[in-house]
Amino acid sequence: MEAIERRVNYLNVDHGIRSWLLTVDHKRIGLLYLVSITIMFFLGSLMAGAVRAELLTPQGDLMQSDTYNKAFTLHGIIMVFFFLIPSIPAVLGNFLLPIMIGAKDLAFPRLNLLSWYVYIVGASIGIAATIGGGLDTGWTMYTPYSTGYATTNVVFPALGIFITGFSSILTGLNFIVTVHKMRAPGLTWFRMPLFVWAHYATSLVMILGTPVIAITVLMVGLDRGLGLGIFDPKAGGDPVLFQHLFWFYSHPAVYIMILPAMGVISEVIPAFSKKRIFGYGFIAASSLAIALIGFLVWGHHMFTTTQSMYAALVFSVLTFAVAIPSAVKVFNWTATLYKGAVSFEAPMIYALGFIGLFLVGGLTGLFLGALGLDLHVHDTYFVVAHFHYIMVGGAIMGYMAGLHFWWPKITGRMYNDLAAKAAALLIFVGFNLTFFPQFIAGYAGMPRRYHYYPEEYQVLNVLSTAGASVLGLGYLLPLFYLLFSLRFGRHAGRNPWGAFGLEWMIESPPTPHNFDHTPTVTWEPYDYPEMHKLPTRIGESRSHVTLAEGQPTPPEGLAHV
Amino acid sequence: MSDTATRLQHHFANEEQQLDASTFGMWVFLVTEILFFGAVFCAYIVYRTHYPEVFAHGAHHLDVVLGAFNTVVLIASSLTMAMAVHSARVDEQRDLARYLVGTMFLGLVFLGVKAYEYTHKFHEGLFPGNFFYQADDAPLQRLFFSIYFTLTGLHAVHMIIGIAILAVILVQAMRHHYGPRWHTPVEIMGLYWHFVDLVWIFLFPLLYLIGRHG
Repeated sequence: MEAIERRVNYLNVDHGIRSWLLTVDHKRIGLLYLVSITIMFFLGSLMAGAVRAELLTPQGDLMQSDTYNKAFTLHGIIMVFFFLIPSIPAVLGNFLLPIMIGAKDLAFPRLNLLSWYVYIVGASIGIAATIGGGLDTGWTMYTPYSTGYATTNVVFPALGIFITGFSSILTGLNFIVTVHKMRAPGLTWFRMPLFVWAHYATSLVMILGTPVIAITVLMVGLDRGLGLGIFDPKAGGDPVLFQHLFWFYSHPAVYIMILPAMGVISEVIPAFSKKRIFGYGFIAASSLAIALIGFLVWGHHMFTTTQSMYAALVFSVLTFAVAIPSAVKVFNWTATLYKGAVSFEAPMIYALGFIGLFLVGGLTGLFLGALGLDLHVHDTYFVVAHFHYIMVGGAIMGYMAGLHFWWPKITGRMYNDLAAKAAALLIFVGFNLTFFPQFIAGYAGMPRRYHYYPEEYQVLNVLSTAGASVLGLGYLLPLFYLLFSLRFGRHAGRNPWGAFGLEWMIESPPTPHNFDHTPTVTWEPYDYPEMHKLPTRIGESRSHVTLAEGQPTPPEGLAHV
Repeated sequence: MSDTATRLQHHFANEEQQLDASTFGMWVFLVTEILFFGAVFCAYIVYRTHYPEVFAHGAHHLDVVLGAFNTVVLIASSLTMAMAVHSARVDEQRDLARYLVGTMFLGLVFLGVKAYEYTHKFHEGLFPGNFFYQADDAPLQRLFFSIYFTLTGLHAVHMIIGIAILAVILVQAMRHHYGPRWHTPVEIMGLYWHFVDLVWIFLFPLLYLIGRHG
C-alpha cells in the first residue's frame, strides 16, 4: 500500500494551482477539461430543468415566453458547444490517446494547453453574454431573425462560439498529427485501438467542419453588428445560405459527439466480454465512413426550406447511406457479445445502454431522413426526442461508460460499484421516461420551442418531466461516489478490469511521462485469448520493475524495458 | 557562431520526428484555413451566380492597378520568405535576418496599399454594411462590398498576424536561434505565409478582374 502511495505519478509530481494552470501534461489538461465541462454540464442541465418544469402545464405559468426562449437557447448552446463537443475528445481522448499509442504526450503539448484556455475564454464570453443579455434565437441562430429581428444579444454569444471553435480545431489538429507521427514502434495503423480510430475520424470532422461554423457565426455577428446583409434578404442576402453553412458544420458536429462515444464502446464491450472485438477492420473503417459521409447529409435539416427537390432527394439518399456504417458498428458490438464471458460492471451497463439508445436514436433518424415523413414531424418533439437519443442516450452514455471504465486509470482508485450500477440504471430509466413520450407527442404534432401547448399533450409532458427528475438524480449520483472514491476508494492497480491495451500496462495513475521508455508493440489489438502471454507492465525503467508474485518474467523484446 | 543546439522536446524520439510533426501540423492547420475562407468563397459563388451584374458593377469600383501592384508585392514577399527559409537551412545568419525584414516590409507595403484602397472606398461612401452609401443607383452594391470587405478584411487580418509572428522570428534570428539543425519555426512560418499569398492570388481575379469585361 505505502509503496503505491509514494510512487511519483502525474498527480503528485507537482503541487499548487500554478502547476495545474501552466501544465503541458496531456493528462492534467484532460482533467482541467473534465472539471470545466462538468460545470458546463450542470449549468446546461439547470436550464433543461427549467424548461421541463415549465412544460409541466399547458399554460406558461412559470416563465414569460421571452424567458422560456432564453432558457432553451442557453440549454442548447451550453450543451452543444461547451459540453458535448469537447466532452469525450478533450477529456478522455486527451488523457488516453497518447498512452494508447505508446507516446509520452500529444505532438503539441503547449497547443493543447492553449486549446483549454481558448475554450475557457470562449465559454466564458458565451455564457456571460447569454446569461447577462440573454439570447432567444435557439442554438441554431437562424437568420434573418438572429441578424435582424431578435431583440436579444446575438453578437457576444456568436463571438463565444467563434472562439470556442478554435479550441476544437486545435484539439483535432493535435490528435491527427499525434496519430500520424507519434505511434510507438510496432503500433501499426491496424494495431491501433478503435478508440484511437474513432478519435482520428472525429478529428477530421473537427478540422474540416469547425472553421466553417466559426466563419459563419462571425458573419452573423458582423451582419448583426454592422449590417453586412450577407444573410439578410433586404440587402439581397440569402438566409438559406446561412442554414447551409450552419448545418455543414452542425450536422457533422453530431458525429464529433457520437464517434468518440462509439470509440469508448468499442473498448468497453470486448473488455467485459473477454473476447476479440468482432470485425476490427470494419469498425475502424466505419468510423472514417461516418466522418466522410457525415459531411454530405447536411441538407436533411432543410427539407422544408427552398432547397431544390433534387437536392433534397440526394440528401435523403445519403442520409440513409450513413446508417450503414453506423449499423456495421452495432452489429459488430453485438457479435462481440455473442458467446463472450460477459460481466455487468458499471461501464458495461452504460455501454449496453448506449447500444440500445443509439439504436432507437439512429432508426428514428431514418424516419427524419425520409422526405415525406419529415414534412410531418419537422420541428416537432419527434425531432427533439430523436437527437436527444443520439446526444444524451448516445454521446453522454458513452462518455459515462468511458469515465467509469478509465476512472481507475485516471485516479488510481475504484469507485463504489453498487452506487455506479444504480446510477447507470437510474440514468437509463430516467432517460427513456424523459424522451420516449416526446416521440409520441411529436408524432401527434406538438411543435418544439413553445411553452403553451394544447391540453391533450399534458400527460406526455408530465411523464417527460418526471423522467427528467429521475435522470437528474442519476447524473448527480456519480458526482458524489466518484469524488468520494478519490479519498476513500480502494487502490485500483494497473488493470482492475483485466482489459487489453497499453494504458492498462502502466501505473494507475500513470507516471508523468506515461512510459520511461517507448514501448514496442508486438501484439494484435484486442487479443484477449492470448492476453496471458503479454507482459503486465511495460515501458518502465528496470529499477522500478518489480514483478508481481507468480508472474512469469516477460519475454525479451516484449517488455522492452 | 550560430546556436544550432537541438531543441528536442522530451516527448519526441528524435529531431526528424519533431520537424515532421510540426510541418504536418501546419499543413493540417492550413486545411482548416481553406475551409475557413471557403465558407466566404461559397457565399461569393452563390451571390455571383444570383447577381452577376451586381458583381460586374462592383468590380468597376475597385482599382485594378493597385490590386495588380499588391499581387506583385505579395509574390515578391513569397520569394523573400522562401529565401529566408533557405538561408536558415544553410546557416547564412545575416541573409536570414535580411530576408525576414524584406518579407515584413513587403507585407507592410501590401497593407499600406490596402489601407489606401479602403480609405478611398470610404470617401466614395462604400463602407461595409449599415454605413454604405452609393452615388449611382446600381442595385445591391452593398452586398458586393460586404463580401469584398469580409474577404479582404480576413485576408488582411491573416497578414497582420503573419507580420507579428515574423517580427518574433526576426528577433530570435538575430540572436542566432536558427541554423541548419533547428529552423522549424521559420519553415512552418513560410508555409503559412505562402498560404496567405495564395489566398490573395484567388481574391484578386475573383474580386477585381472577373466581370470587368462582362
